[in-house]
Amino acid sequence: MNELVFFINNVVVAGSVSGSIYAIGAVGVTLIFSIMRFAHFAHADVMTFGALMVLLLSTAFPAAGASIGIPTALIMLPLAMVLTAALAVGIDKVFYKPLRAHGVKPIVMVIGSLGVTLILQGLIRLFAGTGGQSLYVDDRKEIFRLALPFEDVRVPVVITEPQLYLFVITLVAVIALHLFLNRSRLGKAMRAMSDNPELAQASGINTNLIVAVTWVIAGGLAAIAGTLLSLDVTFKPDLSFFLLLPIFAAAIVGGVGHPYGAIAGGFVVGFAESLAVFNWNILLRPFRDSFPAWLELPTDLAFVSTEYKIVVPFFILVAILIWRPTGLFKGKVI
Amino acid sequence: MTPIIEVQQVNKAFGGLRVINDCSIQVAKGSITGMIGPNGAGKSTLFNLIAGALMPDSGRVLLEGEDITALSPDARFHKGLLRTFQIAHEFSHMSALENLMMVPPDQPGETLFTTWFKPGRVRAHDAEVRRRALEVIDFIGLYHVRNELAGNLSGGQKKLLELGRTMMTDAKVVLLDEIAAGVNRTLLGDLIGNIKRLNQEMGYTFLVIEHDMDMIAQLCDPVIVLAQGSVMMEGHIDDVQNNPEVIEAYFGGSAA
Repeated sequence: MNELVFFINNVVVAGSVSGSIYAIGAVGVTLIFSIMRFAHFAHADVMTFGALMVLLLSTAFPAAGASIGIPTALIMLPLAMVLTAALAVGIDKVFYKPLRAHGVKPIVMVIGSLGVTLILQGLIRLFAGTGGQSLYVDDRKEIFRLALPFEDVRVPVVITEPQLYLFVITLVAVIALHLFLNRSRLGKAMRAMSDNPELAQASGINTNLIVAVTWVIAGGLAAIAGTLLSLDVTFKPDLSFFLLLPIFAAAIVGGVGHPYGAIAGGFVVGFAESLAVFNWNILLRPFRDSFPAWLELPTDLAFVSTEYKIVVPFFILVAILIWRPTGLFKGKVI
Repeated sequence: MTPIIEVQQVNKAFGGLRVINDCSIQVAKGSITGMIGPNGAGKSTLFNLIAGALMPDSGRVLLEGEDITALSPDARFHKGLLRTFQIAHEFSHMSALENLMMVPPDQPGETLFTTWFKPGRVRAHDAEVRRRALEVIDFIGLYHVRNELAGNLSGGQKKLLELGRTMMTDAKVVLLDEIAAGVNRTLLGDLIGNIKRLNQEMGYTFLVIEHDMDMIAQLCDPVIVLAQGSVMMEGHIDDVQNNPEVIEAYFGGSAA
């Protein structure tokens, strides 16, 4: 039983954590693609930027959280979402809009977004330095140990406070997005524009407004994902390196342009990662006695070691592109 | 005659190709004006310039005397200038009915504020829009396929849906780009009847590009003939059809 708890801690919890973060990031990538038809490579840096905003705000007002009893970082999150959304809209105005106005090919936009990546990485290092920093500026990270009610289980299920917030916020964000896309006129207009931009305009839909709304949503979600990841581990200026591949893998697995697919894709990638780095020896250990004597199990039975975790989304990406290039769900239209 | 649309000395070139050449036209309010011309005469380009999908290199476009040259297609839509597409466009992942329901302008659901803070008002308006969409879809004879995804409709049905879209809102001018192409003869009769009804009962002005001379003859007066990016002649269909210059341009030879 202890081994099972180990599995829950290292695969179920860890997979849900990274899955949620990838899912929220991938939704942004996929929305941007479905409206503007290009892969926004700077998205992972927008996520890092969101976390940086929380870091700066929490450093400025470290005591804000203690008075209410939740971490300061979470109080600052809405403000950081607004700032990040503003950044995303601003980037679009300055860099992408002129390109769109000239009717360039999508690949030019992609290269443009690589340029934005470099700018953002420089900016983030300018303000945050190159080292890692905790987003828990002035509060303590609570850790919950849930002992299971079985006699021989000594290992508790461990969930940290930021992980709990992560699950709740992800759930709220996904439901809010679903209601927005399917119930609101603006959300329907977004779906219409992703389906047929020319007709959307001829039907009186203000496509400039839709583009701005898309950046606001993608930017706000990016701030959530970046912040929650930084809360769970630490804030690092090169966070985006570890996010870029998984979120693109997630978006592609889900079928690009398909928000629900991106959410599913995020969890597929997250769980694949944690399953791949899990040491399977632990689960086999209780059955050691029934193995033939000549079979000596190595102590480390993980598919890849933790340092090489990043190959997992890479492998998923390659596999999907070879065997199912449209993604698990057919993409292109919201 | 009061012109509702005026195109004044418009030029448009694609690369080195001058497609619209110092072209000026006027569309009378309340008329069904036809536009004909050989392939490559610039009819669709002129349409796109009027609808705002293209910007002219020079010249002006006026709607009821107001300069709309710089407005985007959606802004022109809200001024009552609607268009259909030569190759029928549809929101393929929405049902036929939802396609129509996308159209009505100035819904309260338009702003983020009303979406989240006045859901009751949005719902009431949605119900009203739905009622109108059901009327329109019945009118254009697509009631039986209202819940089909628009992408699965036949080419002719998509064309009818295009016409239906223009009926969802109170249009002043509707640009019809080869609305009859791909529509079978029976439906075509309905289509012509519907256009005439909208013209007489609702006061819509139509500008119609059409290759089908029968349809032009039944529907349009006057007819503008476009050739090489400018107006060759304008007049009643009988005069146009008997004009030797037009016959020359159309058939590349004399009628004799």
